[in-house]
Amino acid sequence: MRSLSAFLIGLLFGLGILLAGMANPAKVLNFFDIAGTWDPSLAFVMGGALMVTAIGYRLVFRTGQPLLAPRFLVPTRKDLDLRLIGGAAVFGIGWGLSGFCPGGLVPALGTGETAPLIAFAAVVAGMLAARLIGMLQARQKLAPDARPS
Amino acid sequence: MPTEFTPLLSLAGGLLIGLAAVLLMAVHGRIAGITGILGGLLPGSGEADQGWRAGFLLGMIAAPSVLLLATGAMPAVEVPVSTLALVAGGFLVGLGATFGSGCTSGHGVCGLSRLSARSIAATLTFMATGGITVFLVRHVFGG
Repeated sequence: MRSLSAFLIGLLFGLGILLAGMANPAKVLNFFDIAGTWDPSLAFVMGGALMVTAIGYRLVFRTGQPLLAPRFLVPTRKDLDLRLIGGAAVFGIGWGLSGFCPGGLVPALGTGETAPLIAFAAVVAGMLAARLIGMLQARQKLAPDARPS
Repeated sequence: MPTEFTPLLSLAGGLLIGLAAVLLMAVHGRIAGITGILGGLLPGSGEADQGWRAGFLLGMIAAPSVLLLATGAMPAVEVPVSTLALVAGGFLVGLGATFGSGCTSGHGVCGLSRLSARSIAATLTFMATGGITVFLVRHVFGG
């Protein structure tokens, strides 16, 4: 039941991404290319999505509990740190190089084209690399004396 | 490669994205951030609740086939960059989104609508570096 409802919601999300043009790198890169072949369409994606979520979230949170889960899991951190800003900066550089963000990439996988597969493998490699770096940093913090010299 | 300005289609797509994000919160109590959903499925994430994650991503992957059935055409995926840029860009996307705790969907849609300070800062940052990267690649180095 949980997987099926998530599938249907994911399908809706994917259809939105595809209609919006977010799964098409040419369109994404043209949104950024103000000095060249500028296509401002993606501003309308953000506008439409924010209108619905800004109102919808407020209504949903008022219900007190999700339908199929014990509680709402929402990030509570408010601090700005180097990890957040540095990570976002690196993400933006990668997005500007490839034209694919994770949300655009996943539906693009379903078209059967080769380019999304290549980009997806690279994204997963980047995620695993980030996790490995995070684990090494955590280990160094836990045992500073055990660090290899 | 010029693309067509599609304000109404993009607005409609945005409304669907927003609706799906609201439904995921209403039904599963979760943020619709693709980086977080995908990251939780990868080995070693320590996440136990993988059913809804897999279901959500499979639904996204099924979306082009549904559009094909409905309209008779597969949605366009035009890639105006080299394979090297795809690989390098993809790696940086995965690395940066993991360290930055989110991407366009998690920070840009779900976080901004909650007025999260972290998401506002992250979104402004990645929109800026994305724009600078495209400018440099196309107009400074690419010529």
